Amino acid sequence: MMQAFIFDPFMMMYDSPLFFVEVLVSGLMSGVMYALVALGFVLIFKASGVFNFAQGAMVLFAALTFVGLWELGVNPWLALILSAVTMIGVAFCVERIVLRPLVNQDPIIFFMATIGITYFLDGFGQTIWGSEVRPLDIGIPNEPFMDFAEWSGLYINKFDVFATVVCSVLVALLAGFFTKTKIGRALRAVADDHQAALSVGIPLKTIWTIVWSVAGIVGLAAGILWGSKLGVQFTLALIAFKALPVLILGGFTSIPGAIIGGLIIGSGEKIAEVYWGDAFGGAIEDWFAYVVALIFLLFRPQGLFGEKIIERV
Amino acid sequence: MEKKIGEVLLSVDHISLAFGGVKALTDICFDIREKEVFAIIGPNGAGKTSMLNVINGFYHPQEGEITYKGVHRKQMKSHDAAVQGIARTFQNVALFKGMSTLDNIMTGRIIHMKRNMFWQACYLGPARKEEMENREYVEDIIEFLEIQSIRRTPVGRLPYGLQKRVELGRALAMEPDLLLLDEPMAGMNIEEKQDMCRFVLDVNDQYGTTIALIEHDMGVVMDISDKVVVLDYGKKLAEGTPDEVRGNQTVIDAYLGVPHN
Repeated sequence: MMQAFIFDPFMMMYDSPLFFVEVLVSGLMSGVMYALVALGFVLIFKASGVFNFAQGAMVLFAALTFVGLWELGVNPWLALILSAVTMIGVAFCVERIVLRPLVNQDPIIFFMATIGITYFLDGFGQTIWGSEVRPLDIGIPNEPFMDFAEWSGLYINKFDVFATVVCSVLVALLAGFFTKTKIGRALRAVADDHQAALSVGIPLKTIWTIVWSVAGIVGLAAGILWGSKLGVQFTLALIAFKALPVLILGGFTSIPGAIIGGLIIGSGEKIAEVYWGDAFGGAIEDWFAYVVALIFLLFRPQGLFGEKIIERV
Repeated sequence: MEKKIGEVLLSVDHISLAFGGVKALTDICFDIREKEVFAIIGPNGAGKTSMLNVINGFYHPQEGEITYKGVHRKQMKSHDAAVQGIARTFQNVALFKGMSTLDNIMTGRIIHMKRNMFWQACYLGPARKEEMENREYVEDIIEFLEIQSIRRTPVGRLPYGLQKRVELGRALAMEPDLLLLDEPMAGMNIEEKQDMCRFVLDVNDQYGTTIALIEHDMGVVMDISDKVVVLDYGKKLAEGTPDEVRGNQTVIDAYLGVPHN
């Protein structure tokens, strides 16, 4: 028993370090994809102090729109642009119909509203595009780089590398867009206090529309990448919940936190699955992340990079 | 030195505001002139804060008109009000609690930062220069309000008196023409009140800002204001210089109560 938990896994790592590196790399790469989903949450959390329950539904809706348009014979690039425009449209509607009447309400009310948006988008997307599983092939083969593998003995998947590049570019753009300057400050201001934000002339509605649009476009990217791994289907909306432990680790308000949290969860769960899976009887990948998050909550509830909550009584 | 009171900056004309059956304001008229320190007083629930909310566009009155800088409006919009130079502080300090003093005051500069998103995102060239210029302006305010030592402190951690000062700083950062202060001295000790009075008068004097304030401390009101308007149950009871208002019988009755026999 003890041996299976403590001794064997490290012996395995020691015996074949190359295999360990492979596991680690594939874990990190799926971590980047978790981070991408988590980013959508962070954006909206930063701008409204609310956990956007609908992020998963937005991922699904965006991916469905993209695949649906493509199947109708639209050029994939055009379909990509049209889907992005659709997500911006969704942001406009959300702001106009849901958020605007709720200015100056408690965060919990916004949270409930996002649950409503979830149900609507889930249903609406599947009403338009149908609910069967659609394969999505974006032309990046799901196979290792053979030349590299022969040279180094490491098998690294082409699709994973592509996904990592896309995510890194998006993350870098967003980090630039939302930190340090006027926009970042305005976002935090809006999240803190609507009334005060209005009084200094921050256009609340514009900020919300921008943030939801960006979250929608990030959702589109996440939806396409995950969709081509798993097929575009209802379960995509559930991937979003893997972003929860990522956020708890990284802190809800931090873009770098989302990325590092994603990497830790991604690599952690792959390594745990491969080396400790047998000891637990397999399939620990499914719950490992949540347990890590739970333990993390005990010691650092604000996350690695979250803002520490200070309350003066 | 006698200060020069200028033209009418803002005038409210027969403003009425109701929430369902509750009449918060009934037929209120007054003018605020440039460079004036204008006080709104009255017992609790008299509609003073509602009046400020109407002026900066949080509430939209059912009747009446607001004329600001010569433009007639049925109602102000809060974003327009901010851009047009109306800044305010709140009765229950409304700061961005997780942010530092500096960042809080910097939010007041947002309407003065014109560079587009692209430059903002790169944090390069013009946007960077703009950030620096605005930072300099904010540093002047920090110095003026004597809060250098708490520049980097998250405001949630500051004592109440300092929070009020930071809130004033944020309003000043907007370079307002009209500054609305909702009970700027509430909950302060005498020293803090004296400091606050000094700041209010200095702002009025140095920046030439028109100030409209709500205050319960009559000593303060009588000392610093040029003109006082008295509200009670949403109606205007009196208007005039501090001395005139002090001698007005209806005002005395409203504050002290009248015997019914």
